[in-house]
Amino acid sequence: MQEKEHERRQQEFDAKVANEERIEPKDWMPHDYRKTVLRQMSQHAHSEVIGMQPEGNWITRAPTLRRKAILLAKIQDEAGHGLYLYSAAETLGTSREDMIAALHLGKAKYASIFNYPALTWADMGAIGWLVDGAAIVNQVSLQRTSYGPYSRAMIRICKEESFHQRQGYQIMLVLARGSAEQKALAQDALDRWWWPSLMMFGPHDAESAHTAKSMQWKLKRESNDRLRQKFVDQTVPQAECIGLKMPDPDLSWNEDRGHYDFGEIDWDEFWQVVSGNGPCNRQRLAHHIKAQQDGAWVREAMHAYQEKQQARSARSAA
Amino acid sequence: MNHNALPLFEVFIRSKRGLDHRHVGSLHAQGHEQALEYARDVYLRRSEGVSIWVVNSSDIVASQESDVEQFYDPMDDKPYRHATHYQLPDEVKNL
Repeated sequence: MQEKEHERRQQEFDAKVANEERIEPKDWMPHDYRKTVLRQMSQHAHSEVIGMQPEGNWITRAPTLRRKAILLAKIQDEAGHGLYLYSAAETLGTSREDMIAALHLGKAKYASIFNYPALTWADMGAIGWLVDGAAIVNQVSLQRTSYGPYSRAMIRICKEESFHQRQGYQIMLVLARGSAEQKALAQDALDRWWWPSLMMFGPHDAESAHTAKSMQWKLKRESNDRLRQKFVDQTVPQAECIGLKMPDPDLSWNEDRGHYDFGEIDWDEFWQVVSGNGPCNRQRLAHHIKAQQDGAWVREAMHAYQEKQQARSARSAA
Repeated sequence: MNHNALPLFEVFIRSKRGLDHRHVGSLHAQGHEQALEYARDVYLRRSEGVSIWVVNSSDIVASQESDVEQFYDPMDDKPYRHATHYQLPDEVKNL
């Protein structure tokens, strides 16, 4: 009897996914689906928040007031995107406190790209152009992800994201058209950020542990390699346009495929950074923990204020 | 007492005058006043609206999709409630 009921629910779920209907929080869903979408949303939310660090580092050193205002606005967006995603994850019954605790314990991951340092102002350009660019390619496909709250968060995020990429590219453009020294700065940033950006799409499809199942559930709509190819195809001409050179000797247009061929990613580096040994892993986490602790008094003050307000309104009602 | 676990609020935004408020998402805040300020920061950074409602999520009472049959009695057996139920001659206009 129970087995039959389970089977019926599974069929209902499969039919919804097949019909491009979204799965909503109160719906029955397979245990592994819940686990996977939760892991993905938590990873994504943490990435938005940790991603503020490399850029936050440059707010006080932005070259002009205009650039500073732009950078502040972009970083504020990232905080907002983190909040959309935490909210989406919370629809499955987890709490923000649990997610942050898991991050601090190293149990929850964030995008490895943010474990690379932002060394020069040109990195603000490269991050916006390449890192946000790669994220957009992924997020556009996730607008159609099967979990409703996640899909809605992605739609909202994509609306804001193209500003991020355009402001980054424009930083690169200005530098690339500047003095020889400025152009070298832009080229150096591209050299350092290109490969880590390609790594953002994750392992090859054949080696990706979650891809097959996630595609079947329509949590993921396109495979890692396809998304990576899409990003390469759209980004290479953008580099040419401003006279910068991709740091890949194997990069060439393949007439037959109608795509760019490109070199192999250094997967050892990829796994090193994923497993915690990137240039900034410890620093990023330590900073997040410190910010959380330093903010405790603010939360306590807000709580005390609210209690006082409630007591006051209870008294005046009596 | 865990001060971190702030109450949840649902946020509704009227994107311009003449339109309904629409649900856009949720957020945690200490109280209504703060929820309104947070909603402004999180959901209205690019003049997406002219008015915000915040509602304590625990105050929302919701029906379930799975209850539709018992709860709404879907009108499948009452097609006469729909305009398309009435077949009229083609030459009759404006009806």
